[in-house]
Amino acid sequence: MLTNYPALGIFFLITIAFPVTAMGLAWLFRPKPKAAPDDEKFTTYECGVNTQGKTWIRFKVNYFLYALVFLAFDVEIVFLYPWAVKFGVLGPFAFIEMIIFIAILLIGLWYAWKEGALEWY
Amino acid sequence: MFEFSAFSLYDAAFLAIGGVTILGALGVVLFRNIIYSALSLVFTMLGVAAIYFQLNAGFLGAIQILVYAGAISVLIIFAVMLLMDKDARRTNLPTPRTKAWFAGGTITMMMLASIIAAVGFTEWPKTALQGVDNSVGMLAELMLGDYVIAFEAAAILLLVAVIGAIILAKGVENR
Repeated sequence: MLTNYPALGIFFLITIAFPVTAMGLAWLFRPKPKAAPDDEKFTTYECGVNTQGKTWIRFKVNYFLYALVFLAFDVEIVFLYPWAVKFGVLGPFAFIEMIIFIAILLIGLWYAWKEGALEWY
Repeated sequence: MFEFSAFSLYDAAFLAIGGVTILGALGVVLFRNIIYSALSLVFTMLGVAAIYFQLNAGFLGAIQILVYAGAISVLIIFAVMLLMDKDARRTNLPTPRTKAWFAGGTITMMMLASIIAAVGFTEWPKTALQGVDNSVGMLAELMLGDYVIAFEAAAILLLVAVIGAIILAKGVENR
């Protein structure tokens, strides 16, 4: 299993160092701008079009619903993982237990579907 | 009470991880924009996950990343986006009331004192304990063996959470 944590740490450091090095080298070798950037350069744009109105606005409740349903099934995945690791050893009884577990959670998905929580309107 | 041994790479890694965690926690408190505070909280959660990894609790660390840094933080950010109705740059200002400052400071000092006392007065084992190599497998055997009722109860708890969330959000929309 995942026990070689120093290797993981070295990978993590390389992952950070790689983009920093790439951006740093690009900064070093790029032609430097002659004049200071004006306001036009700092304008916000969406797909090449100027934004309409404020960007810090309130969002629909649907985003929150999606996040909540995602959280519940995320926790389900956490329970599935140890079962998957030991699947070969645990045998048919554990399989039935897990089927019951998933079935109970599928009721939640069915309810969310029925109530239109997954619809985007 | 306290004991200092030679400084190792392990300690250096811990200092770096702890630094990120504390800076993230400070950011949560000090940022004036609450969205930045929420993003700063992600760094704190990732730092805690890194500490779990360093303590050889890989499964717990993975859960910390998957559930807390991945899902709970998204939930918090969506909740903020749902509720924010004033200028974003002034959503997390420090309170002007001195009474609140005093209360917060007192609670912080009490917490700090009790944590320092707890760490200081605990008898830590001097010999290194043998780390569990296959913790996930042991967890699976316990979860689907001795504690199967609790495991299925967790499923029902999650079901109640999903249904409750939908009822809360949809009920508000219909009325």
